[in-house]
Formats: sequence, C-alpha cells, structure tokens
Amino acid sequence: MVNFPAGRPPPGAIDCDIHPAVPSTRALLPYLDDYWREHILRRGLEQENLEASSYPANAAINGRPDWRLPSGPPGSSLAAMQTHLLDRLRPSYAICNVIHGAQVMLSEDLSAALCRAINNWIRAEWLDRDPRLRASIVVPPHSAELAVEEIERLAHDRRFVQVLLLSMAELPLGRRQNWPIYRAAAEHGLPIGIHAGSSFRHPPSAGGWPSYYLEDYVSQSQGFQASVNSLVSEGVFVKFPDLKVVLIESGVTWLPASLWRLDKTWRGVRAEVPWLEEQPTETVRRHVRLTLQPFDAPPAEPQLKKLLEQLGSDRMLLFSSDYPHWHYDGDDALPSGLPAELMQKICVENPLETYSRLTPADIKETPR
Amino acid sequence: MTRHVVASVAEIPSGGRKIVTVKGREIGIFRIGDDFHGLINRCPHQGAPLCTGEIVSRLVAPMPGDYRLTRPGEMIRCPWHCWEFDIRTGQSLCDPNSVQARAFDVAVEAGKTLVDGPFVAELVQVSVEETYVVVTL
Repeated sequence: MVNFPAGRPPPGAIDCDIHPAVPSTRALLPYLDDYWREHILRRGLEQENLEASSYPANAAINGRPDWRLPSGPPGSSLAAMQTHLLDRLRPSYAICNVIHGAQVMLSEDLSAALCRAINNWIRAEWLDRDPRLRASIVVPPHSAELAVEEIERLAHDRRFVQVLLLSMAELPLGRRQNWPIYRAAAEHGLPIGIHAGSSFRHPPSAGGWPSYYLEDYVSQSQGFQASVNSLVSEGVFVKFPDLKVVLIESGVTWLPASLWRLDKTWRGVRAEVPWLEEQPTETVRRHVRLTLQPFDAPPAEPQLKKLLEQLGSDRMLLFSSDYPHWHYDGDDALPSGLPAELMQKICVENPLETYSRLTPADIKETPR
Repeated sequence: MTRHVVASVAEIPSGGRKIVTVKGREIGIFRIGDDFHGLINRCPHQGAPLCTGEIVSRLVAPMPGDYRLTRPGEMIRCPWHCWEFDIRTGQSLCDPNSVQARAFDVAVEAGKTLVDGPFVAELVQVSVEETYVVVTL
C-alpha cells in the first residue's frame, strides 16, 4: 500500500460533502423559468441572498481564512475551489451539497422553483465544468409531490448522486407524507443525504429556542437523533430496503449511545412497531452512513478507538472535507487519530458502496 | 430425571396457567388449546416472575401499517420490562438467538398410567379416572 501523509486523504478519495455557494440570488435568475423570474423580480427577492446557513456570516467556521474570496460568499467560486481543494487533495469525486433558503421556504411552489434553478445552476456552472464534481438534487422538502417531480426531472443525469434534505423540517423525516421522496430516491439508486440544518419551524433544541449560537450548533445532533429515530421507527427501511441515508455534518459520537437507548427501549415496546423485527442498531448499521467533517472527536486517541468499536461497523463513515468550512488546516482533511487501516474504507470503499452512481472505473489520479 | 405430576388437566382451562414448584424451581404451566407447556418463572433479563405476566398474541407487520395479530395467547409478556417470549419454546422476540427462557418438558398422562409409576405426586392427588400434567425434571 502506498504511504500518504497522515491527515491527508489518499488520492482517489471521494469527498462526500463540499459546499458550492450560490453567489447571489441574481446568479439564479437565468436558471429560473419566466414566471418565477418575474415573481422574484417583482418582490425584490433578487436583492436578498436567501442564504440559509445557521452560522453567523463572519463566524470563523463559515469559511477558512485562506479560502475566503475577494468577493462573494466562501465556496462561490469554482476556480477557487479547484485551487483550494480539488487540485490539492485530488479527490476522484466531490459531492456538491448546496444549502440554500430555497429549502426552508414556506411557499412550496417558490421553494420548488428555486430548487429547480439551483439544480440547473449547479449542473451548468459546476458539473459541466469539472468532471470530478457530482451533486445532490436539492428539493422542496415540505412538498413530497414537488420533490418527487424534481427527482424525476433530474434522475437521468447520473452526475446527480443523492437527494438532499435537512435534518429538521416541518415533520419528523420518517413520517409517511415523506415516503414518496424515499420511493423515488430508492428507485433511482439515490441515497438520501440529510444535512445539518433546520427549516426553523421548531426550535433546534427539543427544549425551546436557544439564546446563543453555541447551543444552536451543538443542538443540531438532537435533530439528527430525532431523524434516525423517526426513519427507523416509522419503518422507512422496512418499506424501502435498498434506501441508504447519509447524515452530513452530523458528528458521530452521539450515535452509539443514542442507539443503545433505542435498542433497549425497543425490546420492551417492540409490539408498538411490529415491523421492526431486528434490533434498531442492526438496521442503522446497514442503512445509515455519516460524513466525517466536522468530526466531534473525543479528547484522546484511545477514546476514539473505543468509539469506533462502539459504532460497530467500519462501513459507516464517509470522508468529507466540508469545504469551505474551517475544520482543518493545510491539506489535513482527515481528523487525526483514525486508524490507518480504515482510510481506504472511509475514503474510497464506503463512499462507493453508498453512492451506487459512482463507479470505481472512473477513479484515477488526476494529474496536478 | 424424574416425572412430577403438577396438576390435573381439568384445573387449567385453555388460556390458563398454574405456577408450580418442582425441585425448588418455580415453573409456569400454560395450556394453549389442549397443549401444555412449561417455562421457568424467571425472566432471563433481570429475574422477574416471568410466568405471572400477561398472556398475549404475537403482533407482526410485514410492512409498516400492515398489522397482523398472530398466534393469539401464545406469548407471555414479562411483567417488568415487557419483553415477549414464546410460551411454546421460551424464545424471546427481542433477541431470539441469545435471550431464551428455559422451557420444560411437559406431557399429559392418564391417571391410570401414573398409578403404575414411577412418578412423584407431591402436589396432586392422583386418581385413575382423570388425566394429569406431568413435568420431567
């Protein structure tokens, strides 16, 4: 096996989470249909950037200092992304996940129109311009019907490798109203990516609205726990046995304890959810994957080793840089302390197993 | 192994149970139709008196929402943590490969046969006209 510097992913790695940013709503105007372009111009919405990040714009985490751009939000330039990331880490693929206000709109139709525009934009301005890029289909999450329309519109283009949702929507994600989305995704071999984030119909903390950014950020893991519990309990994976779910920017360390609790309680109340015939942990290990960055690593390496044991599967973690967010310096995109023998799985094998539209034949070292 | 007469057939109606003590072990004798089954009265989880729990059915769903009540009266639900066990085998539903309540060999014998022995009838007075539940232990 070729040695590579610790912390740096091996060439051919698959970066499962990068964030191209829509530079401004004006940039989407050419990609909207006539009706919605006029709608947006009449309302003056093109003057809003409709940015949905829960980070304050100047928070350091929002953009690595050496990745900030002279103009426009971090991540809004393909050329800069190529210089900062693609030409340095040389991933075989990188999956673009656009987080945008389109995903949290109350109007289902405006949400769908903007999602269509974003998908058209990412296809024309990113996927068509760099063969290493793949993308998630952005959908209006509060209308399963319109979300399915958008999946059906784009599924023929195999550069779209996933359907993107946020962890906290109007309803818990497992509810049957959402099942048409899962059906369409499963039929087309598209995993469901669940990204950290909220439609803000409910507080990100289960206990109420937090006062501080710190609470908001840390509470995101509650949203992921609720999503996993909902998807499992409602029987989504029984109904759609081929469906994979990728938790993106979820952190990892909360999962084992959450699953212990789920298993333990299931034993006593199994009859309430009789479709769950195996321990929930087994279901989760088969169907759920997690991206690596930002990694909520425990303070010491032995603890990290223990955590990986508790996770109980070496197939669940997927490499991600979370570009342009600031989680590492230089090219050390892999958190320290991960065992060397896991690298190939995390960086190549697990992503390939998860994203059936990525083919290993395409993997070759891109010349610098 | 000794055969112990623990009840007359007539005293346990179908769907009923009787908890008996044989060689110091509490055993639940369950009647499902005309079949008798014996389970140790101790949940393998934390030692609860398993056989005093509710007798229930096996609720299944091949798909979410497709509810089916199967095997009515053939499961026992532990009174402490509601784990379910198959009365016929002692197998748990929540972890069938590693959590199991001990099941005992139970048979029905005519009183006439029992009179010929060998058997132990500490609990029951045997008469030749009746039939009896016999546990081998």
